[in-house]
Amino acid sequence: MSTEFRRAADPVISVRNLHKWYSGVHALRGVSLDFERNEAVGLVGDNGAGKSTLISILAGLHQPDEGEVMVDGHLVRMRGPRDAMDQGIETIYQYNSMVPSMSIARNLFIGREPLKASLFGIGILDEARMRAESVAAIASVDLHLRSPDALVGELSGGQRQGVAIARAMHFKSKVLILDEPTNHLSVKETNKVIGFVKSLAAQKVTGIFISHNMHHVFACCDRVVAMAHGRVVLDKRIEETSIEEVHDVL
Amino acid sequence: MRLLVKTFLQKPELAAALLLVALVVLFQILSNGIFLSTANLRGVLGLLPEMALVAVGVTLLMICGEFDLSVGSVFALMPMSMAVLMAQGWPFLPSVAIGLLLCAAIGFVNGWLTIRFAIPSFITTLGMLFMARSLTVVISGGFPPRLDMERIPEQIFISFVGPGELIRASFIWFVVIAALVSLLLSRTNFGNWVRATGGFLPAANAMGIPTARVKIACFMICSVLAGFAGMIQVLRVGSPLPSMGEGMELAAVAAAVIGGTVLTGGIGSILGGIIGAILIRVIDNGLVLSRVDSNWFKFAIGALTILAVVGNAWLRKRGRAMKVEG
Repeated sequence: MSTEFRRAADPVISVRNLHKWYSGVHALRGVSLDFERNEAVGLVGDNGAGKSTLISILAGLHQPDEGEVMVDGHLVRMRGPRDAMDQGIETIYQYNSMVPSMSIARNLFIGREPLKASLFGIGILDEARMRAESVAAIASVDLHLRSPDALVGELSGGQRQGVAIARAMHFKSKVLILDEPTNHLSVKETNKVIGFVKSLAAQKVTGIFISHNMHHVFACCDRVVAMAHGRVVLDKRIEETSIEEVHDVL
Repeated sequence: MRLLVKTFLQKPELAAALLLVALVVLFQILSNGIFLSTANLRGVLGLLPEMALVAVGVTLLMICGEFDLSVGSVFALMPMSMAVLMAQGWPFLPSVAIGLLLCAAIGFVNGWLTIRFAIPSFITTLGMLFMARSLTVVISGGFPPRLDMERIPEQIFISFVGPGELIRASFIWFVVIAALVSLLLSRTNFGNWVRATGGFLPAANAMGIPTARVKIACFMICSVLAGFAGMIQVLRVGSPLPSMGEGMELAAVAAAVIGGTVLTGGIGSILGGIIGAILIRVIDNGLVLSRVDSNWFKFAIGALTILAVVGNAWLRKRGRAMKVEG
């Protein structure tokens, strides 16, 4: 077990010695990390470096073969995305976690629909509440959309990302994982996302920002973690490092 | 106003509804007013529930992103198992219950195999089409039993009821079931999961929806509805034939597609599937009344399927392209 990593006094998430194999490939080789409260961490690395594997474990999509995940100091075993959400970890995926053929209001509440009445977990949707809350959620991330009934498939990439962010914020997350959120976005939309990541600390949310673009990471993160070949190869405060140094270790 | 028009244009069942109105008018003229006469409507509506109930289940499953080619065989297997049990002295209701449980089990197997081995449901249910059909013949022993009509509560399934005895009791079953499934799809969280699962599976999984269970539930609903529809047909004709329901799987898919359900899942409505089923019935009946050679029936269904899908795609595109303020 590797013992050299930046420890935090009161980490919101800690992982210890995570290992993950995918059909014979050793994707994570003993990753240990602490994520401090209300800090924005940039997670960088080449394709196949293990960053997607790491975040899919934090998001509950995959389970580690070895190692531990702790949230607020408690050992947790997350069996699915819902378990991660219940721990206050929201994820915005690179390939949008939105259903194009469904409305904004419907998308916002997928899997967490407010119900008027229910029996064995199946119940009648509270559609008025879904509409009202999605309008409020979208307005709170400074996005202007004409109607919560518009189909997500009709929105631009940036607007979709905005709705995904609104959804994550609406459910009062402690930790927000953003997987390549600036891919395929215009410059203006990218700046908006970067501004949003910067604003997370003020909203008492820890951000984990995955990106290929070092400039985006350095523009909005407090700390940068670089991964290569399933290991953490660099973990420094932004002011202690430089884009060149991070490039060199990758 | 434009928003209303836009929403309307994007309704998946719009093209089929327009076609239905057009055809009803056309057949009414061609048949010199016989088409909409009470006697003819009794015939059309009396047979409708059997086809339409199958279409309701198939539509739901297709919206969930899966296929069921075994509905035609299940349509025959359920009433055959019921009739065999009754011939051995079982009372009516337990025989029905066993038959429907058998359908639910087939739906479960269809879904479980599809998900467990990650194979296309087209293949799983194609296999089930042959297996369920074979089972039907095997349990009939080659001699389909006659139903003892004395022991069947005709009035709650097949008797003509209502004003002018226009509809059969089965029509009421159909309306109630269709309304329930439609509400399930459009007004409940389960319906939201069905649309998400069929619309974009990775997103549904990432949001923590139990997509495997949602799919299996839809497979089971689809099979049970097909079996129930087959039972209604057998109660009407009095004896189960091992060959009944052959070709029904494709007619049901045609009904769903005509009604605006998209083959890849996520888009469609129960009402659309029903309109598709009505259209097929109307064409079947209308051609006869118009003295057209009835061998043209399948040609008409085929042409209608293509026409409706093209029409739907066009209307949806027009609807999407419509600019609304803001």
